Amino acid sequence: MAEPLTRELIALRVARELRGGMVVNLGIGLPTLVGNFLPEGEQVLLQSENGILGYGRMSDADFDSDLINAGGQPVTLLPGASFFDSVDSFAMIRGGHVDVAVLGGLEVSERGDLANWYLPERGGGSIGGAMDLACGARRLIIAMTHTARGDRPRIRTRCEYPLTAAGVVDLIVTDLAVIEVHPDGLLLTEVAPGFDPAYVQARTEPRLRISRDLREMDL
Amino acid sequence: MNGNIFDTPDDALHDVFEGATIMFGGFVSAGSPSNLILALQRRGTSGITGIANNIGLGDLLDVLNERRQLAKFIATFAIRASGGRASRFEELYRRGEVELELVPQGTFAERIRAGGAGLGGVLTRTGLGTMVQEGKQVLNVGGEDYLLEMPLRADFAFIKAHRADRMGNLQYRLAGRNFNPVMATAARIVIAEVEEIVEPGAIDPSDVGTPAVYVDRIVRCDPVPVRWEG
Repeated sequence: MAEPLTRELIALRVARELRGGMVVNLGIGLPTLVGNFLPEGEQVLLQSENGILGYGRMSDADFDSDLINAGGQPVTLLPGASFFDSVDSFAMIRGGHVDVAVLGGLEVSERGDLANWYLPERGGGSIGGAMDLACGARRLIIAMTHTARGDRPRIRTRCEYPLTAAGVVDLIVTDLAVIEVHPDGLLLTEVAPGFDPAYVQARTEPRLRISRDLREMDL
Repeated sequence: MNGNIFDTPDDALHDVFEGATIMFGGFVSAGSPSNLILALQRRGTSGITGIANNIGLGDLLDVLNERRQLAKFIATFAIRASGGRASRFEELYRRGEVELELVPQGTFAERIRAGGAGLGGVLTRTGLGTMVQEGKQVLNVGGEDYLLEMPLRADFAFIKAHRADRMGNLQYRLAGRNFNPVMATAARIVIAEVEEIVEPGAIDPSDVGTPAVYVDRIVRCDPVPVRWEG
């Protein structure tokens, strides 16, 4: 019996979308793991909302409270890094200077609407940089599990949770599939090893078109 | 600034009044004015409207909830959707005992910038079609819809920098800038907590992050190490 991808493998698959020279913002949670799988020998410039471009690995030695990413984690700096204030940081984000944002998701609709900040059953959530990243990044990739508790599909005809932004998602990478968001709907392009399109469709609310080039994820 | 150097953070806050609106610089642990926050806790001033990126997440702002000093908070990150220990702020908010205005982070930065720069508002696409849009004007400019977001100003801004000179020029370090420079432009009285005070000229003019014109008071304090434990 095939197993859905682990969080690390979802992150690895997302990292395959990134190339040297890109400016990339990784959200809190699963997207942060993408930083562990960046392409070798190429420099992806990681942007953090709190005012860093060009941070590297997480650091645990000599914690410095002034050197953290937006998730509060201590980070190291790569040669060529820069610091800036929050106004500049969001000029970068809103102004289309960030090539790719990778965010977590609670729900994505077939029109590319994203809900990822407010969880009604907990009666709470926070916005942080998510709405600006979703609206401003040139390409938005959502990394999430395909279903929530009780096999509830996260990919929906319409989002039921409060939206982060409407019509913004470009690519969905889950533990079962890679799905592109197009103006005419969702296109299934890859399935996790051992899974078939019917299995993915059964756990997805809207109808998926299946790519003529459908393949198994290369991990 | 006219040589307003204070000996203690408590002295620097001598005229903070009940019901004041206060901006707090910082982003999680970076560049957070922890000594000023602790002095405000000791002072016990209540009815405060606080404005900060986050509360109860790797900052010390949650101490202001021990004696319910906050009436309202404007933030981008205050309530967590995931599990983990709830902050005092979160508990008070869930009981309806403190008001929260949640703002997208880029909008938050730009509203403060507008407040400090004498602008009448900000047009942004961020928040369109979401809960953030509720009650706000949508303007169509050049065929695109934008939300009209209003400026933010405060009575006081508490900010943190690495060094100050005696004139009030500030130098930041690492990711300690974040909201500090913009908040320094948007409050009537700006109080800066710094780790070192030097003579004018000791900070290279090229390294000044906030020019002295924005800074009213400085106080030297040892940094308070703060770490977000998640």
